Amino acid sequence: MLRIKGLIKRYRTGDLALKGIDLEVPDGQVMALIGPSGAGKSTVIRCINRLVEPTAGSIALNDIEIVGLGSSQLRQARRRMGMIFQEYALVERLTVMENVLSGRLGYVGFWQSWLRKFPQSDIDEAFRLLARVGLDHMASKRADELSGGQRQRVGICRALIQNPELLLVDEPTASLDPKTSRQIMRLIKELCAERKLSAIINIHDVMLAQMFAERIVGLKQGEIVYDGPPDKLTPEVLTSIYGEEDWSATIRKADEADEPAADNVVPFEPPLPSRDRLAGLT
Amino acid sequence: MSIALEPPRTWKKPPLIKRAWLRWILGLGAALYLALAFGTIDVNWHRVWEGLPRGAQFIKAFFPPDFISRWDEIAEGIAESLWMTVVSTVVGIAISIPVGIGAARNIAPAPVYYFCRGILSVSRSFQEVILAIFFVKLFGFGPFAGFVTLSFATIGFYGKLLAEDIEDMDANQAEAVRATGASWLQWINFGVQPQVMPRMIGLGLYRLDINFRESAVVGIVGGGGIGATLNTAFDRYEFDSAAAIVLIIIAIVMLVEYSSGFLRRWVQ
Repeated sequence: MLRIKGLIKRYRTGDLALKGIDLEVPDGQVMALIGPSGAGKSTVIRCINRLVEPTAGSIALNDIEIVGLGSSQLRQARRRMGMIFQEYALVERLTVMENVLSGRLGYVGFWQSWLRKFPQSDIDEAFRLLARVGLDHMASKRADELSGGQRQRVGICRALIQNPELLLVDEPTASLDPKTSRQIMRLIKELCAERKLSAIINIHDVMLAQMFAERIVGLKQGEIVYDGPPDKLTPEVLTSIYGEEDWSATIRKADEADEPAADNVVPFEPPLPSRDRLAGLT
Repeated sequence: MSIALEPPRTWKKPPLIKRAWLRWILGLGAALYLALAFGTIDVNWHRVWEGLPRGAQFIKAFFPPDFISRWDEIAEGIAESLWMTVVSTVVGIAISIPVGIGAARNIAPAPVYYFCRGILSVSRSFQEVILAIFFVKLFGFGPFAGFVTLSFATIGFYGKLLAEDIEDMDANQAEAVRATGASWLQWINFGVQPQVMPRMIGLGLYRLDINFRESAVVGIVGGGGIGATLNTAFDRYEFDSAAAIVLIIIAIVMLVEYSSGFLRRWVQ
């Protein structure tokens, strides 16, 4: 359970990015955070793992307060939060395996990581995760040899190998084509279901948010203006979040709400079929 | 119909300096200064004419180059220069890595940043020959002074370029590693080092190349190595031996340059 209370962030330039956010995300919930550029979505996510230092407020993950932790405790807290980035943010000149294993850095000592002598259990887990997303044969490839969708799947593995309690996902589909975007979102949703993970997903694409999230929170100028289920996202609500626009094409209609059967999400799918399904994609 | 009546709209690139009078003053001023500067160069063409045969004589004395009669000194000088080059490059780079990391604004706190930038600018503000004169006075004649000179100069060169490369890195990749709970050293090792490594290997080889060339110059002011041998040859008016040394230096510089160029292409 993630509990955010009165979160305020004022940047050094004086901009008030977050004006007192209150938010609770129960275990296992996949929540989408939508809102126009500059609304503070990215800031919310980065305050939770303190890549951005909150100005005021309280953030507690499973009753452990994160604001005000010292540096070594912060490292321990960060281990419990996996983050997935826009543009993947893989270290491009490292191999796929090193990128995945970098998710274990919070658990191993410096020399171990420097000599790349990770525990066998970490390596097993890395191969298992890579196989789950259909990339285990790519382990020794350099990350910059991969396509966008493949990179994002490696990014997901890096986040999951941390064995997190919460996933922070920042615009996972911003640089992907529509089909790959859906596959990545579906993968995130499936993995969250498999592992009973909660996730906060920042996303621009309202339709994708409606398709894959159980709950939608709309942010506007640092304030929450909508918090509810995806199907309550009416044109009026979208107007209150983004401003006046013709929303008729954006909102998913009830009759097309279910995807075609072949694409349907099967939460507890065994690893192999999904690997085959994903392996053919780029 | 009014189609052909409108004249075509012309466009000219806006001038670099907007104000016309300033443009003219700067241009005329530069021309005037250049004319006056040329005027102060006093060339006595008569003496130039008389000196030509003597110059030819001097150049003739270099041929044929004599590798044999002073070979022992030459070999010793080359060997000394080479170790000076390799050791000073390694030591210089080893010291410049922490300094360079500290001098990168995006990862170092302000006091560390200013301190390391200070070291770099002190190192960079003196040309190798000036440093060599100083260190020869400090440590006495010989290759040790040369080694200290080249190491010190390497710090300024390599540290500054390392710092700039770190400042230009992709912050997202580094941020992603930080988000996993990595410690500072792990963060440098996984998030920063891979991004700067290829360029740093290339620059290390380039610096090796520079250090060899500088080792010849440093020797002339007393820093040991092939430069000292060259200087001795000139002092003894043994221009043929000097020619041999110069040819050997050219050969080694070319060899190092081509091999480092090849290696740099390979690491990219």
